[in-house]
Amino acid sequence: MNFTLKIWRQKDAKSKGAFETYEVKNISADTSFLEMLDILNNDLVHAGKEPVAFDHDCREGICGMCSLHIDGHAHGPAQAVTTCQMYMRKFKDGATITIEPWRSAAFPVIKDLVVNRGAYDEILQAGGFVSVRTNSVPDGNAIPIPKADADESMDAAACVGCGACAATCKNGSAMLFVAARVSSLAKLPQGRVEGARRAKAMVAKMDELGFGNCTNTGACQAECPKQISIAHIARLNREFLAAKLQD
Amino acid sequence: MSCFLCNSSLGKKLVMSVTGCCLVLFLLFHMSMNLVALISPEGYNAICAFLGANWYAVVATVGLAAFVVLHFVYALILTINNYRARGTQRYAVTANEPGVEWASKNMLVLGVIVVLGLGLHLVHFWSKMMLVELMGQHQNALGLDPTNGAVLVAYTFSKWYNVVLYIVWLAALWLHLNHGVWSMFQTVGWANDTWYPRLKCAAKVVSTLIILGFMAVVVAFFVCSLCGACPAAGCAGCGACH
Repeated sequence: MNFTLKIWRQKDAKSKGAFETYEVKNISADTSFLEMLDILNNDLVHAGKEPVAFDHDCREGICGMCSLHIDGHAHGPAQAVTTCQMYMRKFKDGATITIEPWRSAAFPVIKDLVVNRGAYDEILQAGGFVSVRTNSVPDGNAIPIPKADADESMDAAACVGCGACAATCKNGSAMLFVAARVSSLAKLPQGRVEGARRAKAMVAKMDELGFGNCTNTGACQAECPKQISIAHIARLNREFLAAKLQD
Repeated sequence: MSCFLCNSSLGKKLVMSVTGCCLVLFLLFHMSMNLVALISPEGYNAICAFLGANWYAVVATVGLAAFVVLHFVYALILTINNYRARGTQRYAVTANEPGVEWASKNMLVLGVIVVLGLGLHLVHFWSKMMLVELMGQHQNALGLDPTNGAVLVAYTFSKWYNVVLYIVWLAALWLHLNHGVWSMFQTVGWANDTWYPRLKCAAKVVSTLIILGFMAVVVAFFVCSLCGACPAAGCAGCGACH
């Protein structure tokens, strides 16, 4: 397969970027999107040009490192997969593909397609944890947890923190990410202890970092590679308002 | 307590949700009240008299105005925040995400149309009824009795351009409520995957009922004005529309 790629090139955070057009030829339909970019970079290096910088790590869809806004969709037009798990068969032969970095005030571009997602780490540090005493290993079944609660917690914990939610949201809101973190802990007894403090601290940090306000469009859950539901946002709202009303 | 309603994103959204809820309840009341005009002009005028320049009606009007102002000002503040959060560099290519309704992404535009319509509506009715009474006058700018609401309704909707403007206004309101009514439950946290389909269905039903109720009065009085002799219920037969 052959493709024309329009890729955002930006030297560094301060430079002004622009689109550049590249041709890639003889790509197998079973090539992953990132492998296709590897092939392009290989050609660029051989031609003595600067390769395109992009984030990647596990290439198994579980680390949350890959990003890319492809043809108007976070992680490309395929549903429920990260960019690394999307294959070129998803595109028509000869197609022109536009590749942009995440666009959000809280995710500044570092270079080309790489953005700084450190804001999500800061939100996690503000409250996305449980405090446990280091001691002998507790009995795993000491606190019975209903299957439905454990499942819901696990669904929320599937969030890989890739940033697609804030990158897709027209308001640049990080609510789906924050909600997934709060929700996965709120549904378990170990997480309940710090529930009120966590909701308040994480929302305060999210606001401080300049993320926008959720307007319930649901665009985030449509583009989320892990299909996290906005029902978790409802739970975050509940947790936060209940915590505030107790103050 | 008072702080988080001003400086937290979720607090500000709570204000949007609660004020929005109060305005929806008011719309339901206003729509039910208007339907009386179709059945009996005397009954409608009795309600108008009840809601004239009485202290409780004035207090309620001021409260309602406060809700509209709060809802609108908070919407502006939130939208400016959101615009900044989106960043200066925008996507060159955008696509519609599956399952995302157009109205949900255009609530401010729809809200502005609703507010403009509200301004027109206040000029058409409030300024010719309650305001006239408050100023102690017995005749409004049209030379009509400010307590005779039924005649004013008949007069206003005999003009085709008013009918068109009101229909545009109501269509924007319908779209705004389609998203707003279920959204207010989401914002206070009363929603989950089981309830989304139910809440969205309820939002459609409530917004459609409100808009059909208002539209029925507008259209009935317009049709009534066309035939002149039409003895349809609601026509006061005063001839003010001719």
